[in-house]
Amino acid sequence: MTQQPRSLFEKVWDAHVVATRPDGQALLAIDRHFLHEGSFHAFGMIDHAGRKVRRPELTFAVADHYVPSHSRAKPIADPEIANMVTMLEANAGRHGLRHFGLHDPAQGIVHVLAPEQGLTLPGLTIVCGDSHTSTHGAFGALAFGIGATEVSHVLATQTLWQRRPKTMRVTVDGVLGPHVTAKDLILAVIAAIGADGAAGHVVEYAGSAIRGLSMEGRLTVCNMSIEAGARAGMIAPDDTTFSWIEGRHFAPEGALFDRAVEHWRTLPSDDGAVFDREVTLDAATIAPAVTWGTSPETAVPVTAAVPDPGAEADPVRAGQMRKMLDYMGLAPGMALEDVSIDRVFIGSCTNARLEDLRAAAAVLRGRRAVVPGLVVPGSVPVRRQAEAEGLDRVFIDAGLEWGEPGCSMCVGINGDLVPAGERCASTTNRNFPGRQGPNARTHLMSPAMAAAAAATGRLTDVRKLGAS
Amino acid sequence: MDPFVTLTAPAVPLDIANIDTDQLLPARFLKKPRSAGYGNFLFHDERKPGFPLDEPAYSGARVLVSDRNFGCGSSREGAVYALVDGGFRCVVAPSFGDIFAANAAKNGLLTVTLPEDAVAALRRQLQEAPGATVTVDLPAQTLTGPDGRPLPFAIDPFKKECLIEGLDDVALTLRHQDAIDLFDQRDAERRPWVVPGVVPGVA
Repeated sequence: MTQQPRSLFEKVWDAHVVATRPDGQALLAIDRHFLHEGSFHAFGMIDHAGRKVRRPELTFAVADHYVPSHSRAKPIADPEIANMVTMLEANAGRHGLRHFGLHDPAQGIVHVLAPEQGLTLPGLTIVCGDSHTSTHGAFGALAFGIGATEVSHVLATQTLWQRRPKTMRVTVDGVLGPHVTAKDLILAVIAAIGADGAAGHVVEYAGSAIRGLSMEGRLTVCNMSIEAGARAGMIAPDDTTFSWIEGRHFAPEGALFDRAVEHWRTLPSDDGAVFDREVTLDAATIAPAVTWGTSPETAVPVTAAVPDPGAEADPVRAGQMRKMLDYMGLAPGMALEDVSIDRVFIGSCTNARLEDLRAAAAVLRGRRAVVPGLVVPGSVPVRRQAEAEGLDRVFIDAGLEWGEPGCSMCVGINGDLVPAGERCASTTNRNFPGRQGPNARTHLMSPAMAAAAAATGRLTDVRKLGAS
Repeated sequence: MDPFVTLTAPAVPLDIANIDTDQLLPARFLKKPRSAGYGNFLFHDERKPGFPLDEPAYSGARVLVSDRNFGCGSSREGAVYALVDGGFRCVVAPSFGDIFAANAAKNGLLTVTLPEDAVAALRRQLQEAPGATVTVDLPAQTLTGPDGRPLPFAIDPFKKECLIEGLDDVALTLRHQDAIDLFDQRDAERRPWVVPGVVPGVA
């Protein structure tokens, strides 16, 4: 019997359909459900309805959004923030869920922690009440963010109603240039297709440049799929994936691991698999990127100038560009490399893994930051390993702060805010108005680029600065 | 949730693309219990002079007409609570963030996707005649603007049914309990590595 060639996404989707309605809606089985402090609405919903968590053994709670980046020796001062952290612990305890709390030696940002602990595996369906759940697609899982009502539905049933999304393949072939990273690659993709370019689609990233990325790099790419509007991003699992997983705490072991790998090797898209849309990029054309506006789609090479709304034919679009430039405090035509910054933030589920910290430290080693900055590792294990390699000393000697793991200044709800009017070179994923604090101005970039900006006090082409 | 069938109400135009959920509901309000009422947090940091939602001519608007990629970004359902508690029942745009649109449907907020030029024309009509009403007929899948021309729109049949009937989909899912149990049983044989051997303690 010959089967129709199927894509990675189609194989994972098909394997999880529990039931289908005549209107095409599918009831999808969920293999992993991650929760964070924001899940209190969903717990409230199931409690109100008198429902239980159907599969506690597949449900994991992680404190990351509200945890302090500074010393954890003392209780959290702000009672509302402290309540968010303790409420998660209480809800997880009451429902018998594994809880990675503030003082857990594995604690970290859920999208850093889960892969690190071997919870993220190829072929799984993974959901979390967080849009950056797309991160886990780096392992060939189907992973996406959901809202509170859907979280309560998954808690109660371990399933979710979904309409089969469309598919898009983004192929990036070639070799990335020196100092050009996964972050620059995904910013180039978003700029090419737009912030809603992949809406309604699951994106598979393919091509030699993607294959050549480490797991950390692949996680960065899939993480920002949502910034192109994608439902999810996926990368076919391969030996890079399997060797990352082997030996991790929650990963299958021994014969079971071998059996899993045998299955995982069947997941990559078949030759001849058809996608609703195909996009291709040449890796050699991708430069270190920064954003100039208040959407990730405004990413451009750092060597570019601020665009001119006067050159935009559509008056509504021109007005929107002016509004962004006004918010960002930039004038058309100025070179981005002349833009001064007030602080840097290195961290977030996009760029707080060991590879990211190594890249930033390589630029800052032997240099001083001329602006204040905060470096927040993605998890306790990342923090420990970075310290073992002396990376913390590099940052501290450069004058930056070395924080405790969490979401921190990416979303600012633990109290780490960019002051109003200040300009931040940030390794995060969103430059939305007010994202890092009311009237804060965010320029997105890679860890090496943020480190270069720290050293010069302005947006800087790291290729010109070079790593010491 | 409140069922949505038809609605005739004033509409407010918002000429802004990529309105993200951080703008709809700034993150610092995410800690608030739903009982606090989210209406006062809606567009909290955008409420500057000239912001259309604060213009008296658009007061009482229950329909928001915006630009592409409305509700992009964070999955926070609070962004929908802010709109609903702020009196809105319908948002019209050329495209929506997928998660936002899913959250909206769960809370009785209808998202209507129309072509970019049709939405731009609708916004212009509302700017020229502030306070004008639009009529949304969900069973007929039409939206009629101030010019009186009905615009047909597409909607997922499941979403339409849930909105019209105000359905709780957990109850609907539990009708498939046998299929879920059977799936779990077979999957445990097929992919025994999926359930982690939970070891209490640390990594």
